[in-house]
Amino acid sequence: MLKQIEGSRGIAEAVALCRPKVICAYPITPQTHIVENLSEMVRTGELTGCEFINVESEFAALSVAIGSSATGVRSYTATSSQGLLFMAEAVYNASGLGLPIVMTLGNRAIGAPINIWNDHSDAMALKDAGWIMLFAETNQEALDLHLQAFLLAEELGCPVMVNVDGFILTHAYERLDVPTQEEVDAFLPPFDPAILLDPDHPLSVGAMVGPDAFMEVRYLAHHKHLRALARIPEIAGDFAQVFGRESGGLIHEYRTGDADTIVVAMGSVNGTIKDVVDELRDEGHNIGSVAVTSFRPFPLQTVHVALEHASRVVVVEKNLAIGLGGTLASNVRMALRGAELPVQTVIAGLGGRPITARSLRKAFEEGERDELDEPTFLDLNWEVVGRELIRVSETRRSGPTAEGVLRATAEGRP
Amino acid sequence: MSIDGSSQRIKFYQTGTWTIGNRLLDPEQRTVQASADRSNALTCGHRACQGCGEALAARYALDAALRATDGRLIAVNATGCLEVFTTPYPESSWQIPWLHSLFGNAAAVASGVAAALRTSGREDIRVVAQGGDGGTTDIGLGCLSGMFERNDDVLYICYDNEAYMNTGVQRSSATPPGARTATTPAAGPRPGNDRGTGKSVPRIAMAHDIPYVATATVADLHDLEAKVTRAMEFHGSRYIHILVPCPLGWGSEPAVTIRLARLATESGLFPLFEAEHGQVVRSTPIRHLTPVADYLKLQKRFAHLFKANGNQEYAQSGLHVLQAEASRNISIYNLNPAASADGDRGGIDS
Repeated sequence: MLKQIEGSRGIAEAVALCRPKVICAYPITPQTHIVENLSEMVRTGELTGCEFINVESEFAALSVAIGSSATGVRSYTATSSQGLLFMAEAVYNASGLGLPIVMTLGNRAIGAPINIWNDHSDAMALKDAGWIMLFAETNQEALDLHLQAFLLAEELGCPVMVNVDGFILTHAYERLDVPTQEEVDAFLPPFDPAILLDPDHPLSVGAMVGPDAFMEVRYLAHHKHLRALARIPEIAGDFAQVFGRESGGLIHEYRTGDADTIVVAMGSVNGTIKDVVDELRDEGHNIGSVAVTSFRPFPLQTVHVALEHASRVVVVEKNLAIGLGGTLASNVRMALRGAELPVQTVIAGLGGRPITARSLRKAFEEGERDELDEPTFLDLNWEVVGRELIRVSETRRSGPTAEGVLRATAEGRP
Repeated sequence: MSIDGSSQRIKFYQTGTWTIGNRLLDPEQRTVQASADRSNALTCGHRACQGCGEALAARYALDAALRATDGRLIAVNATGCLEVFTTPYPESSWQIPWLHSLFGNAAAVASGVAAALRTSGREDIRVVAQGGDGGTTDIGLGCLSGMFERNDDVLYICYDNEAYMNTGVQRSSATPPGARTATTPAAGPRPGNDRGTGKSVPRIAMAHDIPYVATATVADLHDLEAKVTRAMEFHGSRYIHILVPCPLGWGSEPAVTIRLARLATESGLFPLFEAEHGQVVRSTPIRHLTPVADYLKLQKRFAHLFKANGNQEYAQSGLHVLQAEASRNISIYNLNPAASADGDRGGIDS
């Protein structure tokens, strides 16, 4: 059914259609509208047989989900940014225990300086916690990925994090195709837990594991991700059959066939990137793009095949691995082992800085000429940076950077 | 005091001994532990130290809870000694479904278990969460308070051995004033734990107005089992704080674990009481009021308070602080021996 709704509402409706039995949440911007919607659905009876638990922290939110999932019911939570970091210990724990929890991450920057706007720093901070991490390009895909996420999680015994760009997706109103309960029921079978706390069949879950077995346990977690590499495209194929549209999969390729330059990115920025690709194509540039949908497991082989025929790769990422450069770029370089292909990194959109088509176009044109700095900081105000560097060099007690930059920025305004 | 309704009136402490004789009781009044068909939730073979109070308390409490729930019980465990010594996999001492997640989240995990049982129509199964004092009074307090405030249907049991014993005896917020730990060494002019204001999690629990709060020790099995049984009569959040002496951390002989637990209550340092919906409804008067020094002297962690060559003034003031705390407890919880009509020990079971 077509609806003109907010992205968060679409995600909430998708989650409700999956018939979760326990939803636990703690408010954090920009995730809040998702769980507000779900709490209302539980209250009004639109979502039955489900308990919505308001907890006192994100750490508790995921911990409640750990308890409920281990007790054999479909469990969901959502978070963002600082919230993900506050629950970090439980994030690792959920995957270590093999619990098929689905969590939405409304991607947002991490402080300090405190900043509520979108980038991918939160997801990248926990990229190796054992969760399958999917990135939605559009709100339709965000909705669809949640339906696929429960299937994938429960089949593998591995939690899935569905990443949606904060505000850009979560707060955007657009037309969404919301499936019917019958369609979802046909796609997603009832939860048949592998781990079940039950007095009739007592299990000890969460024992200490020493050096004699820890490596094997970790390998088997890795093996789940290897299986996910095969299952993610299959599930996307099944999804297309039931729902009649393409969503999910490992990557999306766009006009890459004969491209000399291929742009790689994750999430909603791919919309703008595709517009720029179209614009440049119209002018005769051989450029295309790849949206990475599955960041964990990272589809090394699929990315390799998609990129190897190009002459260069430009990675646009909303994350800065301070002291290194780009995380996605590093992963792409690993995928390109054996291919002599330069990878240029464009760090963009940190803390919600708008990523404009004009700026991307300029970066791509420089990229085509192999002229991008490594890494390139898109639309960085070098004047402000320079002023702050001079100020700090002149005064030992220069105070905090953020406040210094704010002052410099304000001074630069008319 | 006697057991009402028994075929004969039995005094627990008949001859001035400390023995509570099961043999003299009617079979139905004997402890769960006295029964050959007790559940043995925590079975033998675990790796606890000799004289471990926590191992005793966990089995006592869970066996009583199992009897109260007809064996329909799931336990959630915080990280700590109890978790480590019971699951040296592939062995496990747990005869019941048992889940360990993290150090600070046992209460929240248990909330999730309870919610899942409700929404999956398995409400006959009850939930116990358990942790040490570190996992309860320190790192787990946020989740615990959240569980209390929502009144989730969980019995949380804190086994309090007054420090982080699993990691090598470091101070927790339950460590008493003056006690030596690895992070409050008996060194320098002010040896032992600082004398802060302390933290009573039973009273914090009461401040949430949850249905049931109680304290207990491993010295009185009847009392401990009665409190667990009582706790299982309620739905909603319940909290039992059990003092469990730790030979390793306290520097005491394994053989005196029970005696230490008893002296902790007889000195007034560990008050035994029950509270319902935020109000104290019963407390156990002290039978033979004992100076705190009698309790402290059996523990090497307090040895510096009694050393001839130490800072005498500071040691004396330390003893005064502990004696004052005991006196305050006696006053707050009405533990004065005179409160017991026949000079015998009161309480719900004796």
